[in-house]
Amino acid sequence: MAAVDHSDPQFSRRHVVRAFFVAHPRFRKRIGQLTAYALLVALSLFILMPVAWMITAALKPDLEPVFTVPTEWFPTTFWHWENFARVFNGTGLPFMRYTINSCIVVAGNILGTVISCSLVAFAFARLRFRGSGPLFYVLIVSMLIPWQALMIPRFYMFFKMGWYGTLWPLIVPSFGGTAFFIFLIRQFMRTIPRELDEAARVDGLGYWQIYWRIILPLSTPALTVCAVFAFLWNWNDLLGPLIYLNSDNQFTVAIGLANLAQRAGNAQYNLLMAANFLSIIPPILVYFFLQRKLIGGIASVGLKG
Amino acid sequence: MDMASIALPRRRSAVARGRAEQREERAAYLFLSPWLIGLLVFWFGPIVASFVLSFTDWNLLNPPHWIGGENYHTLRHDYNFSQSVHVTLRYTVMAVPLYIVAGFGLSLLLNLRMRGMNLFRTILFVPSVLSGVAVAILWMSLLNPDVGAVNGFLEALGWANPPRWLGSPTWAVPSLVLIGLWGVGGSAIIYLAGLQNIPAQLYEAIALDGAGSWQRFRYVTLPMLTPTLLFVLLTSLIGAIQIFDTAFVLGGQQGGTGGSLRFYLINLWQEGFTQGQLGYASALAWIFVVAAAVIILAIFRTSGRWVYYEDGVDQI
Repeated sequence: MAAVDHSDPQFSRRHVVRAFFVAHPRFRKRIGQLTAYALLVALSLFILMPVAWMITAALKPDLEPVFTVPTEWFPTTFWHWENFARVFNGTGLPFMRYTINSCIVVAGNILGTVISCSLVAFAFARLRFRGSGPLFYVLIVSMLIPWQALMIPRFYMFFKMGWYGTLWPLIVPSFGGTAFFIFLIRQFMRTIPRELDEAARVDGLGYWQIYWRIILPLSTPALTVCAVFAFLWNWNDLLGPLIYLNSDNQFTVAIGLANLAQRAGNAQYNLLMAANFLSIIPPILVYFFLQRKLIGGIASVGLKG
Repeated sequence: MDMASIALPRRRSAVARGRAEQREERAAYLFLSPWLIGLLVFWFGPIVASFVLSFTDWNLLNPPHWIGGENYHTLRHDYNFSQSVHVTLRYTVMAVPLYIVAGFGLSLLLNLRMRGMNLFRTILFVPSVLSGVAVAILWMSLLNPDVGAVNGFLEALGWANPPRWLGSPTWAVPSLVLIGLWGVGGSAIIYLAGLQNIPAQLYEAIALDGAGSWQRFRYVTLPMLTPTLLFVLLTSLIGAIQIFDTAFVLGGQQGGTGGSLRFYLINLWQEGFTQGQLGYASALAWIFVVAAAVIILAIFRTSGRWVYYEDGVDQI
């Protein structure tokens, strides 16, 4: 058996290190944990620093350069909180109007989604009917068709109906149900025990009452997830408002911001950043408060929009 | 429950259907009616209409005239169209593999059992709830080639001539890929859900066989996660070819410097809604639907070879 050549320093150092870790597994675990923490902190900074910079820039006075060398990550000198108020009622900055419009669109979509998707999901989850298999396939396929491909005929239809330049085209389609939400609620409803329906039938309840009194109240977790998604998608949507709206009075926050970004020069950069920061507050609040439900909802179906 | 357990409603034979069944069926179609009406008005109608319109010269000023396949013929020599296909493909090829690997890696990190993990998860998922517009505006300033933070950082590291990012035709698409990477936590949520659904017995069993951490990953984690990977692959491909909001804010209607950000939907939107060539844009839309369908079918056709379903039934 050949002896290990201890004169090679490279080999022996590696050898010693490995022997140490084998002898002290807890130490090895500790190093692993420290590496993981270091990575997580670095990634968190990668997420948070841009947001911090946005606040820093938003708090600066007009004409003060928002860009500094080196970059100022956290507000130190300037604290012009009134910039946030100016976004709402400054000249040419009708963000109050935009916010109201966004809220109308979001509320309408949540209402439409919860009503229609729960009805349709109930039929797919609890009722037996001819054609349920093929119709379910249609549902799945329609989930995969990009709606943007249909924007021209939809635009034409709404234009002919006289809805161009109103919020209706952004709200009404949700009352026809959204395939993804129907699917999500249906998956949830299938987990509710069938004995409940049968007991209700024995008690003489009709289908509508089974839906309204039993299945719907039990489905609130799934409905909440759908409502949150409906909120996020519609609050964030740009293309829909871009196609159907044509004046400042109807614009939503997303399109208002996109316009401001294209015309705001350096002079108004602070206001652009203030508006941008305000626009992300609602989604972040919703996310923080409903985080557990939202992630649980995604986990329960293994799907995301 | 995940993709593996999407059970289809059982089909019943039409024999001997009693009055109760008929009542149930009538009720079912009543419950379905909002969706059936929506399907007709917002999906089937527009699909047929856009197919027909794609053979016309319709613009907002003149009523449509039938021009046969001329729109599809024009496409072949349309520089904007070929550029939009090129830009979109370039973005897809760069972004999708990167996001899949990064999202997966991130989920493995977030799946570790350590103190304070909930805080890290919360922070890393934040960008995925923000709008494309907000994220674009934020990064537009960070990527400013002269005074932005990113180049300041790179110069501090000793890179004398860092890229001009959105202003440079070469770097515009990679800039968008980088911006998307900021929101990669969104797909990490899905992987994380998949990781947490893997039964602990599998890990215990393979540990008894003396497997190391790589073997645990290779023979348990990876195969058990293939349904999730299939789902993420599908949605990120569809999402990549549909990119619009970020590109619209960063590149404007003209699609960036020299059209370097002229993505497919930006081009479609511009042809249809700023040029008013609605017939031609309908042809573009149809090609888009067909391309999306081909991608989806191709993935499903090959998925049987690499996606592992534990129960082996009831899959789409």
